[in-house]
Amino acid sequence: MSTELTGAEITVRCLQKEGVDYIFGYPGGAVLFIYDELFKQDKVKHVLVRHEQAAVHAADGYARSSNKVGVALVTSGPGVTNAITGIATAYMDSIPMVIISGQVPTYAIGLDAFQEVDTVGITRPCVKHNFLVKNIDELATTIKKAFYIASTGRPGPVLVDIPKDVSQQKTEFIYPNSVTMRSYNPVTRGHAGQIKKAVQLILEAKRPMIYTGGGVILSDAAERLTELVQMLGFPCTNTLMGLGGYPATDKQFVGMLGMHGTYEANMAMQHCDVLIAVGARFDDRVIGNPKHFFNEDRKIIHIDIDPSSISKRVKVDVPIVGNVTDVLDELIKQLKARKEKPEQTVLDSWWTQIDTWRARNCLKYDRSGTVTKPQWVIEKLYEVTEGNAFITSDVGQHQMWAAQFYKFDLPRRWINSGGLGTMGFGLPAAMGVQFANRGNVVACVTGEASIQMCIQELSTCKQYNLPLKIINLNNRYMGMVRQWQEFFHGNRYAESYMDALPNFVKLAESYGHVGMKIERPEDVEGALKEAFQLKERLVFMDFITDQTENVFPMVPGGKGLSEMILV
Amino acid sequence: MRHIISLLMENEAGALSRVAGLFSSRGYNIESLTVAATEDATLSRMTLVTAGSDDVIEQITKQLNKLIDVVKVVDLSDGEHIERELMLIKVRALGKDREEIKRMADIFRGRIIDVTDKSYTIELTGTGSKLDAFLEAVEHGSILETVRTGASGIGRGERILKV
Repeated sequence: MSTELTGAEITVRCLQKEGVDYIFGYPGGAVLFIYDELFKQDKVKHVLVRHEQAAVHAADGYARSSNKVGVALVTSGPGVTNAITGIATAYMDSIPMVIISGQVPTYAIGLDAFQEVDTVGITRPCVKHNFLVKNIDELATTIKKAFYIASTGRPGPVLVDIPKDVSQQKTEFIYPNSVTMRSYNPVTRGHAGQIKKAVQLILEAKRPMIYTGGGVILSDAAERLTELVQMLGFPCTNTLMGLGGYPATDKQFVGMLGMHGTYEANMAMQHCDVLIAVGARFDDRVIGNPKHFFNEDRKIIHIDIDPSSISKRVKVDVPIVGNVTDVLDELIKQLKARKEKPEQTVLDSWWTQIDTWRARNCLKYDRSGTVTKPQWVIEKLYEVTEGNAFITSDVGQHQMWAAQFYKFDLPRRWINSGGLGTMGFGLPAAMGVQFANRGNVVACVTGEASIQMCIQELSTCKQYNLPLKIINLNNRYMGMVRQWQEFFHGNRYAESYMDALPNFVKLAESYGHVGMKIERPEDVEGALKEAFQLKERLVFMDFITDQTENVFPMVPGGKGLSEMILV
Repeated sequence: MRHIISLLMENEAGALSRVAGLFSSRGYNIESLTVAATEDATLSRMTLVTAGSDDVIEQITKQLNKLIDVVKVVDLSDGEHIERELMLIKVRALGKDREEIKRMADIFRGRIIDVTDKSYTIELTGTGSKLDAFLEAVEHGSILETVRTGASGIGRGERILKV
């Protein structure tokens, strides 16, 4: 007769079996039995955050930087509602994550009990799937399914809601090695016939372009992509989510594309004749107005694991549904088997065209003034960290400058909320990144507005001695809001100015960290060097930057890719 | 264009809300929706009537397939199919109208399933347009109440939706 375990013990044992080393959470009434079991073991280490949103962002940063499933644990009611922003952030960027939430006891569900919320209902639109476990005998299998669903196919967050009485009841613990579900069978390999068609188009291309997104990162396909791009000699651009998928310092990289993409990337995207889209979804911030995009004729090959991403915003000619890694493998194999190669002279003239676009030097900015330019800070950050840091960001101008000026050569180094655009993401995500990558340099590029949305996590950083480097580009404005108001709302800066800012140096110090205020451009490099030498300490660097600086190039909302505003 | 989509899904609590939520969150049109367990109690069969351009219908079927609980989806409108809807209609039946309404029900192959001295309740099945035609044929003022199930559909011949 095997011994029976409580639901709480089973939950923790499942996490151990899944090889979870860190979970991020915050206790409360409905999860007390689970916390009690966590307390009794040391395989799964719990990280106590200061707000549930941060628990989910930290699990998210952990997942993005490690390709493991991130795990968060929150209590019922407000624990869950606080977690929603984090869950939606992970959902929009397809991040593998399991969220375990406590629920009021089964007999109290529906009776407006204390700290009750319809968790399955409230999270349904922002999870890949969710479960309410009412029967203890289904708990272990449900957790197994949650990890399986979260990490396969197009990844995403999966929530498991566990009522308090279920965590107390006992049953025999059997953890299945694998699960199969008749209703869920994600595709991996792409259709060979479709890949063959793609090969033909690629070989005939005169003005080819490779456009890749977050799918390359999620699928760990950066090496395959690099092999393909270099084998073909084609230009390559990455989306905001795809940075690091192809080495940014390579000459075939034409920069990020989209609303704040480079002139050369956007022009090449607009004027190519064969577009190879890999793990990207043609969203509004990437191609702008789809009608304008189709003013030019081109053939589109689209590789994506999610069939519903294909032909959603643009019609494609060769859809290939499959895991990016597997599809690229097959594509490379078929290309190698062919005698023909893309015609070099034709390709050369396409590159000549691209180089004239490049010569516009669209990321140039004025380096002569006495006020610190935010771009300058990022450039120096890149130099001081030798391009090796993990960079998280919040949302706004600083995010775009980090994406434009920090050259990511490796995948999973650039961690940002691309889809949902969640201010407050950067700091807690950086905590998760640091837990997943102990000993590595992790910096959070943020602004004085974003950082205040989760600034309480400075306390968590102290508790766990996380030596993060916070690069605060402080322009006293919600910079991106101000930029739109300048361009599109007649310079009326409605509520976008940040008055009564804290003294960030003292604030950092009061949490037990090191604070620095840097006002002059000539001090930037020295300060960064000093900060990064403090390897054991969190350093909050408050850079006072130009208030009026804007992010260029810019494709205004509703406009086409070639209708950029340039400096 | 009008489409009739049939799907099989796990008969789990909340499964219906996943489908309904998908339609409302993505702004898809939903004309009717019927759902009940099948002969296999672990499966529910749902029939959805919706309208949209080919692109929209393609997205709808893809998004439905993406729901974890959904086992299979077919667009019945892609081929030969049969659809039926049930309507219960209560009409005022007084004096000479009594005979007239009885005759009308017979013409439409409806059955009178409840009678009072003032009213008939008629059961009618058929395509949506047949039910519409019956409602047109009955004098509007005499209709006391109607309830319709929305369409259920099945493929013709060997076309089978099964796990």
